[in-house]
Amino acid sequence: MDIDQNTPIARFENVGLRYGLGPEVLQDVTFELKPGSYHFLVGPSGAGKSSLLKLMYLAHRPSRGLVHLFGHDIATAARDALPALRRSIGVVFQEYRLLEHLSTFDNVALPLRVAGIRESDIKRHVEELLVWVGLKDHMSARPPTLSGGQKQRASIARAVIARPSLLMADEPTGNVDDRMGYRLMHLFEELNKLGTTIVVATHNEAMVRELGHPVMRLGAGTLHVSPGTKTDSFARTSPQGLERGLPHRLTRGPGAFE
Amino acid sequence: MMFSRRTDLPLDKDPLSRFLPWLIAFMVFLAALAQAGLIGLDVLAQRWDTGMASTLTVQIPADPDASDAANARRLQTTLNMISETPGVMHARVVSEAKVLQLLSPWLGVVQAIDVPLPRLIDVETDPDIDLDARILQQKLARTIEGAQVDDHGVWLGRLIEMVRTLEALAAGVLGLILLAAMSTVIFTTRTGLTVHAEAIEVLHLTGAQDSYIAKQFAGRAWAMGFKGGVIGLVLAALTLALLGYVAGRLQAGMIPDMSLPLVGWVSLAILPLAAGLVAGLTARLTVMRTLRRMI
Repeated sequence: MDIDQNTPIARFENVGLRYGLGPEVLQDVTFELKPGSYHFLVGPSGAGKSSLLKLMYLAHRPSRGLVHLFGHDIATAARDALPALRRSIGVVFQEYRLLEHLSTFDNVALPLRVAGIRESDIKRHVEELLVWVGLKDHMSARPPTLSGGQKQRASIARAVIARPSLLMADEPTGNVDDRMGYRLMHLFEELNKLGTTIVVATHNEAMVRELGHPVMRLGAGTLHVSPGTKTDSFARTSPQGLERGLPHRLTRGPGAFE
Repeated sequence: MMFSRRTDLPLDKDPLSRFLPWLIAFMVFLAALAQAGLIGLDVLAQRWDTGMASTLTVQIPADPDASDAANARRLQTTLNMISETPGVMHARVVSEAKVLQLLSPWLGVVQAIDVPLPRLIDVETDPDIDLDARILQQKLARTIEGAQVDDHGVWLGRLIEMVRTLEALAAGVLGLILLAAMSTVIFTTRTGLTVHAEAIEVLHLTGAQDSYIAKQFAGRAWAMGFKGGVIGLVLAALTLALLGYVAGRLQAGMIPDMSLPLVGWVSLAILPLAAGLVAGLTARLTVMRTLRRMI
């Protein structure tokens, strides 16, 4: 997908969301994600962080207001137009949502397969990425036999394999220890430097302060954005356990397959 | 690709899909029998239609008071009159021995008999010329007392009517089986969609088109339909062979040759393919329709 550098990756205007006939879980949410930006999404439990992410990864359409993704109005977009948009979006779900009957390899290959990429290319790229995230020895293992950290790395690999323009993560550090959390954050920093727009929903206020990216704060369904205080300290810290540098597959910038 | 080696959804493990091949096998078995009956009846009706529509039988009662020579002359006169009638291709006197044989169910097997026998003339008419039996009857009756022309029309008409009714019944049965098979596939597919809703959402969110998901269900349904179709066809073929063997042992002229023509066997052989195709297409349409209601 061609992304114009001036078109916001996401633009929300007075967006409201309600499930069925229930109360609005999001009210008058307004913000804009510029290409290459990095935001944290914070707020107490039940404030609507997951709901906001669901609107951005196209699991729901807004009940009211305007949602634009890559310049497309989501409220009026045809159903057939959504898969192409979704292929530009990578998601690390809170509970990973790996398909339990598929091997790690097949789970990570999923975004490439649905996009119709050739099997020979899929094999090369998926193996390269799995080596990089340290799952080389677990390619044919099924998710139930993986540890929490391994599942998380598989889930991240699936989210980034198709080089999305927009990468989202819902509480990515919620289920793993601090060390794993920082390794993950390092990967996101690297991807962000390559131009990937990133939104990370988290409870980890310490990490938010340390990384200093702009913060979208949700409270009782409404959103406030505060500018970042970014220093370069984190980017210099050495990643532990992950190979230095990104795999070739990920260094080509967003939308390499589009 | 209809035979997809790998699927992203664990459809093989659905309990319902393990029953589907057997349900389809049962339905294909019934369909094969109905279809064999349909084809057999059609062949039979056609054979009667073409074989008997162009034949007439003329019957001349014997005159017990007349001499044998006089009876023979009468027979020859009749034969000449028939042969001269336009539209008649061939007329032949049925031998006395043959008449006795035809009467054997009533008289028993006899070489000769004292009772004067009626004589029969087989007439073969030109199928392209519609020779009216009633006109021939009137013409003969003026000269030959008691001559009867039978074009088998009434008898044949009723028989063919019955065969056509049976055919309509068999076609109706085929239609019902098709409906039942489609309903079974729709039900199984819908259950599969519900069971795998979570995995399907993940596929959607990673950018899968509806057709990508539908293809997995269709491929699976096609494979199960084909497998069930083969099982059902094998069972039906065994049944038909057994039926043919039993009918053959009767050795009676009453049972016409019911063996299927080549086209009949071919139409039975494609039943498994048809079952697979119906199952695959039904599954695909069901998935596409159901997914259309999601975001």
